[in-house]
Amino acid sequence: MASKTININLKIWRQKNANAKGSMETYKLDNVSTDSSFLEMLDQLNEQLVNERKEPIAFDHDCREGICGMCSLYINGEAHGPDRAVTTCQLHMRKFKDGETIYVEPWRAKAFPVIKDLVVDRSSFDRIQQAGGFVSVNTSGNTIDANAIPIGKADADKAFEAATCIGCGACVASCKNASAMLFVSAKVSQMALLPQGKVEAKQRVLNMVKQMDEEGFGNCTNTGACAVECPKEISLENIARMNREYLKAMVTAE
Amino acid sequence: MSKSAILKSSIAKKYWMALTGLFLCTFLIGHLLGNLQLVLKTGEEGRRAFNEYAYFMGHNIFIKILSWVTYISIIFHAVDGFMLTFQNKKARPQNYAYNNPGANSSLPSRYMAILGTVVLVFIVTHMANFWWKAKVTEDIPLHVKEIVVPGNPMMGQPDQKMELYLTTSGNYMPIQKDQVVFKNKTEIYDKTFDIKMGEGYKDLHTVVMKFFSKENELGLVYLIFYVVSMGVLAFHLWHGFASAFQTLGVRHKRYTPAINFIGKAFALLVPLAFAVIPVMIYMR
Ligand code: HEM
Ligand code: SF4
Ligand code: FES
Repeated sequence: MASKTININLKIWRQKNANAKGSMETYKLDNVSTDSSFLEMLDQLNEQLVNERKEPIAFDHDCREGICGMCSLYINGEAHGPDRAVTTCQLHMRKFKDGETIYVEPWRAKAFPVIKDLVVDRSSFDRIQQAGGFVSVNTSGNTIDANAIPIGKADADKAFEAATCIGCGACVASCKNASAMLFVSAKVSQMALLPQGKVEAKQRVLNMVKQMDEEGFGNCTNTGACAVECPKEISLENIARMNREYLKAMVTAE
Repeated sequence: MSKSAILKSSIAKKYWMALTGLFLCTFLIGHLLGNLQLVLKTGEEGRRAFNEYAYFMGHNIFIKILSWVTYISIIFHAVDGFMLTFQNKKARPQNYAYNNPGANSSLPSRYMAILGTVVLVFIVTHMANFWWKAKVTEDIPLHVKEIVVPGNPMMGQPDQKMELYLTTSGNYMPIQKDQVVFKNKTEIYDKTFDIKMGEGYKDLHTVVMKFFSKENELGLVYLIFYVVSMGVLAFHLWHGFASAFQTLGVRHKRYTPAINFIGKAFALLVPLAFAVIPVMIYMR
């Protein structure tokens, strides 16, 4: 298959550092292969900028195969761009037209402050995870194999689906309230559904939601934008489950 | 669990939003059934049915408690809604230069606060127009039915006009106007002996009928505002009804499609039924 190339215009958020003001800058990039990924296109642009002795654009990435959750970017008004169920590293330039103007912005949320250009600080997610996203394991030498406990297929599947969340933050970025409910509910669900997660169940949901609120994320209004934009197609069912878990914990915890 | 979490945590605030919202949905049904009295029966029968219904609503202790729960729910729902909206705005201090939310969410779901605010403005004016008049101001005449007692032309007696007051004892009571005084807005007393003869019904039916009639020079304005507000309420409920169940954690493969369907049907039919009533009154 002969590879096609397109010429594009880019409007990209540039910001020197966390305290700088920042603005949208315009770039022109020619001969972009439609087979390249969005990040490869940015690499190409950065090469052009370096050749022009200009500061390259900072953006997050790591695995470049949709599993690590490092890449981000709000592309043409949508998290991870217009394609569904893909991360930005998996987004192909064939999704764009020749001559198109593409807007590229960082995740926007109070809890995700911009560090530089398109890179945001997502450590608020780590702190939520640390507040309760763990299970107790016996380390006294007689550790039980996890598979020794029988788990129903339906629950195992749902827990696995929740566990596929890569913590990218697209849910927060897409939500008009910058709410982290989809992420937190996935992390709560993956454990709440399994017997190993029952021990800390109540405290987990209370602590994780408390941390979520303290980080300054907004409140869920069930618009459903998160689940549509989530690269791992995490379901709103998880949010409903967390709402149930929280209600139970709120009225029964000491 | 600290007690403050029941009011302060993001999820708990949403529970209150959902509970008060769903309670207000049941209130809408009750209110609609009452309003239907205005058009289901016509003439004197309709007037009597509506005024008796309005009296019942104002005097039954159970309904009184329910109405206070309704007032509190509206206030709580609105205050909580504004607080949530304010926090949500704060959670994104800088907006996107280019955003395409239409790709991932429905319009009503994104405009709940604005839709709700319009509904609130409607509720306030609606209460000023009817609730305030019915409960506070004095100028609501009692339910009077005029009849003509045929005279006897042979004896030289002309036809006589007579006024009948509908009283809470369930009867019409013939009264000569110049022989009675009124106390406490609705009590009818004999002028000479100062004896209570009965208690009349406030004629709210006539108030409503005049309000939405062509005789009222602002009748058409009120009608349009009413119908538009019901449209806004429909959008609010289009998202709100099902959303409340999700907030309360009620989600199930089997029941959620049914809840979504009922929610959309409710959002369309209830405001539509409300809106049709003043239109019918105006068109008479
Ligand atoms: C008869 C009147 C009303 C009814 C039946 C009603 C019903 C509802 C319902 C069922 C919800 C969904 C709750 C949830 O998502 O958990 C909701 C949400 C909401 N309502 Fe109302 N509402 C009414 C009036 C108002 C008023 C007067 C306001 C004033 C500001 C308002 C503001 C909101 C807001 C901001 C939301 C969004 C909350 C969210 O989605 O999280 N509503 N309403
Ligand atoms: S829920 Fe989806 S969008 Fe949100 S962090 Fe996880 S993978 Fe990313
Ligand atoms: S770079 Fe790892 S998911 Fe995109």
